[in-house]
Amino acid sequence: MSNAESIPMRSFRVLTGVVLITWLVLPLIPLAIWSFARGWFYPDLLPKTWTLRAWEYAMSDTAGVLDSLWLTIGISLAATVLSILVGVPAGRALGMYKFRGKEIVELMILAPTIVPGIAVVLGIHSVFISMGLNNTVWGVILVHLIPTLPYMVLVMSGIFANYDPAFEAQARSLGASPLKTFWYVTLPAIRPGIIVGGLFAFLVSWSQYILTLLIGGGRVETLPLLLFNFATAGRNDITGAIGMIYILPGIIILLLTAKHLSGRSGAVGGFGQI
Amino acid sequence: MTHVSIKELTKVYPGATIPSLDRLSLEIPTGELTALLGPSGCGKTTTMKMIAGLLEPTSGDVTFDGRSVLRDKPEDRGVVMVFQNYLLFPYMSVADNVGFGLKMRKKDPAEIKRRVGEMLELVKLPDLGDRKPSALSGGQQQRVALARALIVQPNVLLLDEPLSNLDAHLRFEMRDLIRSLQQEMGITTIFVTHDQEEAVVLADRVALILDGQMKQYDRADVFYKRPIDEATARFFGGHNFIPGTSDGHVFDCALGKLSLPEGATTGAGKLTFRPENVRIGTAADGQNCLTSTIADVIYLGTQTRLKLRVGDTALDAVVNPNEIESYAVGDTLPIHLPRATLWVI
Repeated sequence: MSNAESIPMRSFRVLTGVVLITWLVLPLIPLAIWSFARGWFYPDLLPKTWTLRAWEYAMSDTAGVLDSLWLTIGISLAATVLSILVGVPAGRALGMYKFRGKEIVELMILAPTIVPGIAVVLGIHSVFISMGLNNTVWGVILVHLIPTLPYMVLVMSGIFANYDPAFEAQARSLGASPLKTFWYVTLPAIRPGIIVGGLFAFLVSWSQYILTLLIGGGRVETLPLLLFNFATAGRNDITGAIGMIYILPGIIILLLTAKHLSGRSGAVGGFGQI
Repeated sequence: MTHVSIKELTKVYPGATIPSLDRLSLEIPTGELTALLGPSGCGKTTTMKMIAGLLEPTSGDVTFDGRSVLRDKPEDRGVVMVFQNYLLFPYMSVADNVGFGLKMRKKDPAEIKRRVGEMLELVKLPDLGDRKPSALSGGQQQRVALARALIVQPNVLLLDEPLSNLDAHLRFEMRDLIRSLQQEMGITTIFVTHDQEEAVVLADRVALILDGQMKQYDRADVFYKRPIDEATARFFGGHNFIPGTSDGHVFDCALGKLSLPEGATTGAGKLTFRPENVRIGTAADGQNCLTSTIADVIYLGTQTRLKLRVGDTALDAVVNPNEIESYAVGDTLPIHLPRATLWVI
């Protein structure tokens, strides 16, 4: 930003910051306090006694939080990798080529972001039962692709809409095999899109509740399921502790990939840039 | 050292009815620099891509030293194409761009480094290896693209409009560089251009392609002296086409009876001569002298373009501005057309 930034512009930025903090950070504060409180009742502003009891429990073997954490990480990573493997070629086709029925394909891919998951998951449930995928980790990973793929494809088609395939022809002409061309020429050009799309896919998978519950049948217990159990059981302290663990990966990933999320990056263009 | 031969090469793009390239045949001798010349959309770049293996021909064949290469993958053909917009890989430094082809051939890093250094020296950019391509000027980018192509010592080098993105003084510098490197390394080189001047200054031989078909394939000067037809002559800036009949020695037309050079075609045709070959004054041997009236004068700096009338026939002439005192509209100007500069098409 230049030094010549105008005063209205600067106050706008300050206002944006305040709104963001109010919406995103403030709701987390009671959660954090709860995880260290031994009872916290009206009209106290802060708990009377503090304790690490909830954290000790959350980290113990009996709670199953750590198992659940690793399982959730594994499922989300697998869903992300699969999204990338499907989303990159799909995005290339939608971003670079014109073909009959392209609008319908785009609509079908976007549909899961509009239609609620519960509407389709019952049908998928019966299909998965017949395929033996019900109550399995693989079933959960596959069903997570429904909400993750639209984001991946959307980001990648934006990237490929601004991509010049002539670079690939040039690399081939200079002696690169198709695989090396992809590695040295295509991949560096689309890397921001893979990072941003992968981030979306990971976080979308990370926050799935209903799809995991129905397809996993309660046997695949990811963090959101565990969290929900404690929340409905009224254990605000343990819910707070697990909640803090639950939001951690999102914050870490966001910090690592923040520079790719700026408005100038082609990765956040979506279909709008076609 | 490769003799390139193109046989009846045809390309019809899917969904198109008219072929983009229609049975083009061409022999490009080893080590020669050949221009494919034609207006945009005439099929030149299509031809190049088919030679490079980046596009599959509908029919026809491309052979290197007599062996068909159509089944060879682009990376195995020993052909490197330099695109018009250079296509330097933006994520790599200049040195990595130049060394790309060697890296793909799994050369030793130390050898790559040494040869990249030599190559950058050769294209006169020795200190720019660490820069990113975006930090270079257009002329520098072009030289990097050329270095990146030449470093793999291709059998055949393809250049897409190599001079068209450069301004006037860089064009001649680049022209000299391309020619000297090409001659030194003896690489059979084909380039495409829509600019007849670019074709003439750079190429040993020029193939003129109009409407997907080859019109004429000859040494550059022949296009000026002996164009094959009116379209060819017009493409090279010819303006004067006067209908009449030839008996092989004399052309009978509205300008009178003009004597022709040896080898002129006979029968009905058109007399053509280049504007710059119209001479002012009467000829010493009295041949082909005419009396014209100046209809318009266009001053072009180093040249003056005259629109002349001989009777009802309009002629174009390009003359030296200082040849006579002044050119004024309506003046009578004696001219002659040297016999050797006339041609019948």
